[in-house]
Amino acid sequence: MNVLTGRSARAWAGFAGAAVVLFAIAPLALSDFRLGLLAKYLCTAMVAVGICLAWGRGGLLTLGQGVFFGLGGYAMAMHLKIADAGPGNLPDFMQLYGTATELPWWWKPFENPAFALAATVLLPMAVAALLGLFIFRRRVKGAYFAILSQALAAALAIWLIGQQATTGGTNGLTDIQGFFGYSLDDPVNQRMVYFVIAAALLLLMAIARQLINSRYGELLVAVRDSEERVRFLGYDPANVKLVAYVVAAGMAGLAGALFVPAVGIISPALIGIVPSIEFVIGAAVGGRASLVGAVLGAVAVAWAKTALSEEFPAAWTYFQGLLFIVALAFLPGGLASLAVLVRRRRKAPPAQKTAAVPLGEAA
Amino acid sequence: MTVILGQTFTGISIGAVLLLIALGLSLTFGQMNVINMAHGEFIMAGAYTTYVLQKSISSAGISLLVALPVAFLVSGALGALLEWLLIRRLYLRPLDTLLVTWGVSLMLQQLARDIFGAPNVQTRAPDWLTGNITVIGGDDPLTFANSRLFILGLAVAAVVALSLTLRLTPLGRRIRAVVQNRDLAEVSGISTSTVDRTAFFIGSGLAGVAGVALTLVGPIGPTMGTNVIIDAFLVIVVGGIGQLKGTVIVAFVLGVLQSVLEYSTTVSVAKVLVLVAIVAFLQWRPQGLYTLRTRSLV
Repeated sequence: MNVLTGRSARAWAGFAGAAVVLFAIAPLALSDFRLGLLAKYLCTAMVAVGICLAWGRGGLLTLGQGVFFGLGGYAMAMHLKIADAGPGNLPDFMQLYGTATELPWWWKPFENPAFALAATVLLPMAVAALLGLFIFRRRVKGAYFAILSQALAAALAIWLIGQQATTGGTNGLTDIQGFFGYSLDDPVNQRMVYFVIAAALLLLMAIARQLINSRYGELLVAVRDSEERVRFLGYDPANVKLVAYVVAAGMAGLAGALFVPAVGIISPALIGIVPSIEFVIGAAVGGRASLVGAVLGAVAVAWAKTALSEEFPAAWTYFQGLLFIVALAFLPGGLASLAVLVRRRRKAPPAQKTAAVPLGEAA
Repeated sequence: MTVILGQTFTGISIGAVLLLIALGLSLTFGQMNVINMAHGEFIMAGAYTTYVLQKSISSAGISLLVALPVAFLVSGALGALLEWLLIRRLYLRPLDTLLVTWGVSLMLQQLARDIFGAPNVQTRAPDWLTGNITVIGGDDPLTFANSRLFILGLAVAAVVALSLTLRLTPLGRRIRAVVQNRDLAEVSGISTSTVDRTAFFIGSGLAGVAGVALTLVGPIGPTMGTNVIIDAFLVIVVGGIGQLKGTVIVAFVLGVLQSVLEYSTTVSVAKVLVLVAIVAFLQWRPQGLYTLRTRSLV
């Protein structure tokens, strides 16, 4: 990055443009309500940044990003619930069920704001590292990995629902009032949350871009396209995949943590199989291998969901399904590849290279 | 003692349901290498077929027996249609079939909601399936529910029928040839596209039969497919993709494991523990219980 080549200059210009849109134009042009919605979409986009890295670049189709989103979200919400309740008091839903007389032991550390904040990112990363170590070391891959990650999302959601007394069960952790001393009812503070989310998204995009453009990024694509060749060259593909998976998990965790003050709730319904796949939809529609494509796709799909389900609640599901089918069956590189095709750039969309792997070998 | 036997039987009956659901997947996922997320919705189609037939045929016993072949045809036709419309374009991209068929599954769920309404519906079980068989009488009786025994019988019959079809019939030979070497099969004069579509028809049809069985143990609703599909996929993965023998063994083992763990903990903890057991098992055998031995590096 020492020399500003044409490519990186363009990237920085795009970055500056995105910053202007997010920090100046959007807050001026949108009502408080719409800005709150945008904050929610940007959280989805943060998850999509991780998916772009793990799936688009690394070929790891993770259908369990909801798990990491949930871990981050619950870590944040647990701290905010304790803070809302005040010192010595139990969070409201625990008093309601009356099953817990004191804070469960695993809630206690979350009283500490520094611990809770660190946990929102480190906890998902630790879980991903543990699981990834087991999965990638034994060369579990492809469909096996996708299905296991999906089962993990199902298991976490089912487990949370089962622990009614300590996790709020199906309802989850709701009605969060404050955010580190700031009341979330106040529109000014809601704007502040939006700015934090926008800044976090830009930060994650910068991190992902640096990773993708580094030597590691090239190694990641090499593992996706031919794992055996990378192994023969003396690298361990398991470690390469592990890093992408863990970074993606941390990004999803941060997204979940910031989603909580933006929306005021976290529940199993937001982190199970269906939302986990919806995270992937946005990235796929926009373009899994393109960072900007994945982010814009995530925002566009989330926006379309709100807009269409407001007008036609039933039609949205048909549209969502159709969007998925058309984007994946007929445009594997997503809308980003469409832009590439239109501009007749020489570089082919990288996503199509995975298609060249013969079936027998992929199994 | 009877408690243990009772739990084991419950486990076996859970396993029988899992097996019925996983059997069709074993063909479409294992043999054709297509991860069909809409398989759950084909199960739903079978269940709703049973419901519709019961509306028009008043005798619950007859309508159930009619439903078995009709559901097979309905779900099979849906599967063949899906193969023709979408999946044949995606045979080289297995992971993308997963996502595309998820889109199909979303649309089918909404279709069911629009036709039958969002709330669950119920069918009446025929008289000859409502009772219990007492195996051990006395103070501490051990009874088996007739409906569970019927499902067990259905699962066994479906496995036998499928494996005989694959082993003995010309169609089965063609399917196995395509699975082993698609290009060579094509060169030998087998129409691989016809074989693909037929295999998909059979696999999806089996989902329909599973749907009929599910009406005996639970309500019928638009999301019923999503609830069972993950378990079925896990059965295939642990059993070894494309291995009928592995699917059968693992379905029953996981069923019993789930039942025993549920008895000693709670339903939600049992689910998590089963998943942990599966990840641990894959450490030992990453390709599942049975694998097709090849010299392939990947």
